[in-house]
Amino acid sequence: MNILLDLFLTFAKIGLFTFGGGYAMISMIENNCVEKKQWITHDEMMNVTVIAESTPGPIAINCATFTGFKKAGFIGALVATLGIVAPSFVVIYLISMFLDNFLELTIIANAFKGIKIAVGILILDAAITMIKKMHKKKLPGAIMICSCVTMLCINIFAWNFSSISLMLSAAAVSLTIFIVKGAPEQKGGANK
Amino acid sequence: MIYLDLFFGFLKVGCFTFGGAYGAIPLIRDVVMFYGWLSDEMLTYMIAVSESTPGPIMVNLATYIGSNRAGFWGAVVASLAVVLPSFLIILLVTVLLKNAWENKYAQAVLRGLKPCVIGIVLATGIYMVFGNCFGKIFAININLQAIIITVLLVAAMFTYKKVTNKKLSPIMLIIAAAFLGMGIYAI
Repeated sequence: MNILLDLFLTFAKIGLFTFGGGYAMISMIENNCVEKKQWITHDEMMNVTVIAESTPGPIAINCATFTGFKKAGFIGALVATLGIVAPSFVVIYLISMFLDNFLELTIIANAFKGIKIAVGILILDAAITMIKKMHKKKLPGAIMICSCVTMLCINIFAWNFSSISLMLSAAAVSLTIFIVKGAPEQKGGANK
Repeated sequence: MIYLDLFFGFLKVGCFTFGGAYGAIPLIRDVVMFYGWLSDEMLTYMIAVSESTPGPIMVNLATYIGSNRAGFWGAVVASLAVVLPSFLIILLVTVLLKNAWENKYAQAVLRGLKPCVIGIVLATGIYMVFGNCFGKIFAININLQAIIITVLLVAAMFTYKKVTNKKLSPIMLIIAAAFLGMGIYAI
């Protein structure tokens, strides 16, 4: 089979069968691209995961771009990335056409009131999981708490300060401290 | 123009989503509120829909918001914009700058970004859970049904974790919440 078509179909399959995104996809990609198709090696896969952790964007998309590039250059990267996005695009596009009508039914509206509560809990739970994995040191801890308090104030008082500005400030603080004081004692950063 | 707004709005989101899907939610909320694309309510619903359908959450949200604001092409523009930064960065990193991410200055920037993202996600979670149960902080409005559902869901999560030693999957939690909503809000 044509490699481009193969890349597209394989990643479309991965995109279609992974719910919740992120880490669920990694095992699917490992299974398909490393074991079955042998497009990339296990070590390469690990490397991409590490890079993906510290670059923006969903991990699954980073992996697709990397694998596609490896097998068929720029066009390969493009095809694999589109492949992994295509299924959810179609599903969500279809849902978007019907959701408004759907919500007019009282029973569905009530279900969504319940779901809204679950979403809040999921986000809080995600934050707690991230805090548990975080380096327990002064600077990251301080940045975390300051960002949290600032973000709460932004929400509560409707401050005109975006979360992106907040992230840039945190990066600037960390970089300044690094330049002034040098590297933290335990080398490596949080992603090693 | 709506297509340009969608493109640049989601390009910004794509550039700054560190820390996985939940790291993206506060950013998307910012952009959506800034342009007034969706109500807070609808956005929350869509987060749940994105969580329960295949694919990365932020791509799903981009597709939905794009389609909601400007039809099919809106969906295409928003989805491409949200994916574009990570696509380009991976190409750049794998092709040109193999060691750029090992650079000590890049590491220093990341050391600042990561805890900040965690703080932002934590604040968003607290704000949403508090808002569901008690309304706005200056206009407290105790919502008994919401409090009952919150307590039941959290209890279910803890019990599941204790009994099976595994985390309750987000989809299961959303399904449980949907049934609780149907039952409790109907009374």
